Amino acid sequence: MSGRGGRTIKVDTLARVEGEGALYIKMAGDRVADVKLRIYEPPRLFEAFLRGRHFSEAPDITARICGICPIAYQMSAVHAIERALGIRIDPQVRLLRRLFYCGEWIESHALHVYMLHAPDFLGYQDVIEMAKDHREVVEKALRLKKIGNRIVQLIGGREIHPISAAVGGFYKTPSKSRLRELVSDLEWALEASIETVRWTSTLQFPDFEQDYEFVALRHPEEYPFNEGRLVSSQGLDIDAAEYEDRFTEFHVKHSNALHSVVRGRGSYLVGPLARFNLNFDKLPEVARKAALEAGLRPPVKNPFRSIIVRAVELVFACAEALRVIGEYEPPAAPRVTAPNRAGVGQAVTEAPRGILYHRYAVDDNGLIVTAKIVPPTSQNQKRIEDDLREYAAQLAAWPLEEATWKCEQAVRCYDPCISCATHFLKVVLQRD
Amino acid sequence: MSSESKHKNKGNPKARSKARPRPTIGVFKFASCDGCQLSLLDAEDELLAVVGAVEIAYFPEATRTMLKGPYDIGLVEGSITTHHDAERIQEVRRKCKTLITIGACATAGGIQALRNWKDADEFVSVVYASPQFISTLKLSTPIAEHVPVDFELRGCPINKYQLIELITATLAGRKPNIPTYSVCMECKRKAAVCIAVARGIACLGPATQAGCGALCPSYDRGCYGCYGPMETPNTASLTSQFRILGQTDDQVSRAFRSFNAWAWQFRRASEECKRS
Repeated sequence: MSGRGGRTIKVDTLARVEGEGALYIKMAGDRVADVKLRIYEPPRLFEAFLRGRHFSEAPDITARICGICPIAYQMSAVHAIERALGIRIDPQVRLLRRLFYCGEWIESHALHVYMLHAPDFLGYQDVIEMAKDHREVVEKALRLKKIGNRIVQLIGGREIHPISAAVGGFYKTPSKSRLRELVSDLEWALEASIETVRWTSTLQFPDFEQDYEFVALRHPEEYPFNEGRLVSSQGLDIDAAEYEDRFTEFHVKHSNALHSVVRGRGSYLVGPLARFNLNFDKLPEVARKAALEAGLRPPVKNPFRSIIVRAVELVFACAEALRVIGEYEPPAAPRVTAPNRAGVGQAVTEAPRGILYHRYAVDDNGLIVTAKIVPPTSQNQKRIEDDLREYAAQLAAWPLEEATWKCEQAVRCYDPCISCATHFLKVVLQRD
Repeated sequence: MSSESKHKNKGNPKARSKARPRPTIGVFKFASCDGCQLSLLDAEDELLAVVGAVEIAYFPEATRTMLKGPYDIGLVEGSITTHHDAERIQEVRRKCKTLITIGACATAGGIQALRNWKDADEFVSVVYASPQFISTLKLSTPIAEHVPVDFELRGCPINKYQLIELITATLAGRKPNIPTYSVCMECKRKAAVCIAVARGIACLGPATQAGCGALCPSYDRGCYGCYGPMETPNTASLTSQFRILGQTDDQVSRAFRSFNAWAWQFRRASEECKRS
């Protein structure tokens, strides 16, 4: 910080996010001169080395893009490839995939709400410090997270990079009785999630609303995971196959993650806020009720309140998991045959952080010719910068250290997953 | 100067207790998916006990507190893929009394080492519109190719119980109980029927180090080698077996070239089957 007229908010290593990024905000008086969310996480070049691999390897390879949301990668991969091959999955496999995704959402949202984001609201450096004053809260968070992980482990063998997802279905499907073992834990988790909605709604939220274009999947009958039309609050309504016609990525020098925009419009927001605002009517009664009691009704335009929305989605995921377990019957075969056949397929699924797009072209030998992957954080990246341009201006009179922390918190509203986005976080607030 | 050294405890309003010095741990990330360090947060039952026994001095995924070193134990995740990271690992090594690498990226270069057989510049141009903005090395290499490493914990991802055993053993000054035998031993212990023998499924289990609990075979699929080569793998014999099962040279080569492709035993096996 130098002089009175301006300053720089600078965070070299953004904490409590997945992956490596930095934030740099240059202020000229009350005005924000420049915002750069710099993603310096080294590029890993997945889309390049997927070429020449067999399509059956794509779910295992793309899972390695992200250790926090491997299932999202596996689901977008299998659905895109199934479309390329023109194969249809068993309805019970579809149900099991929903349960698999519920596990990842519970694990990921519990981690973010309590361990990565709540410490900002309560003024702690981390959850460990928070545990000293709020041990019961943290213990509840850990149990909730563990239940999500148990679902993933039961279906997928392990929490991180599970091994059962396959093109056409699963390598092995669980018995009905194995899934039933989850019921008592999930009943506890449902109650704990409702309490989480209440608890998060008592936090202090800055007065900050933005006009976002929300983008999410929408399905006629259910809150979205793997299927549906891609819709937005500005009237977009497309199939996954049209994604690249309507969205485009561009490369900025300060980031190893590509920026995404809606063609002809600009930045947009994906993730819990978008899903909630566009699919409120598809939430089960228990989740809708919890949201309304917490004073949350669509459209929610304050990104800081996404912590409550994540809690509402925890309620949804627990209720949905219980529904699926009640309806599940093991499919006749764990997967349908996936033949080597040339084709192109696209899919969008709802990762915990928002929509994840995959496209594959495969040849007659089943080998991948081209692959394209657009992760949620890459799509939110420009929107995060746009938020900070507004928010940092509001903080112009704040002491630098506090302003910096608030800006970090604003970034964490997006639960950014930088490892994903580079196939991205540090904060710098400059005032000069 | 790397980012770690620039960072101090930024205005910590609730300073950590300083009653008794505990061993300090730093967690450092290079090119990776974050999954291995997440294993620590995934140890839900043990996490509060672990943080009671050690001081988390640097772990950006979990905390804003970033203490300068030195650290008693450094856990390093990820592979070296940029000039900057090649320099940063030297500094991390200097600051850590014991340096432990965790996961396939840090111990073998990871899946991103697939570039090592290709033209990295062409790879960058496939992914990025403006390749000139991207700085990357031609090879993705394990940490031990750059600095001395005290222990390598394998797996993609690592097994969280092995990680806790390793931290506990390091703090106690004893040898960690981490087996170097093959996945086959884990199948035998589970009294599982061998899927390679009984069902003709190509399985990397005989050449792969144990640690996962023989997961893939118990889910009706062949091991794909995510724990990397076992101590003395007979990859030539396994290659022959894969051929008997009808696998093409390309398929065998791809099998060895996944998450531990650059581990020398797998690397050699993947190259030999293409040559013969």
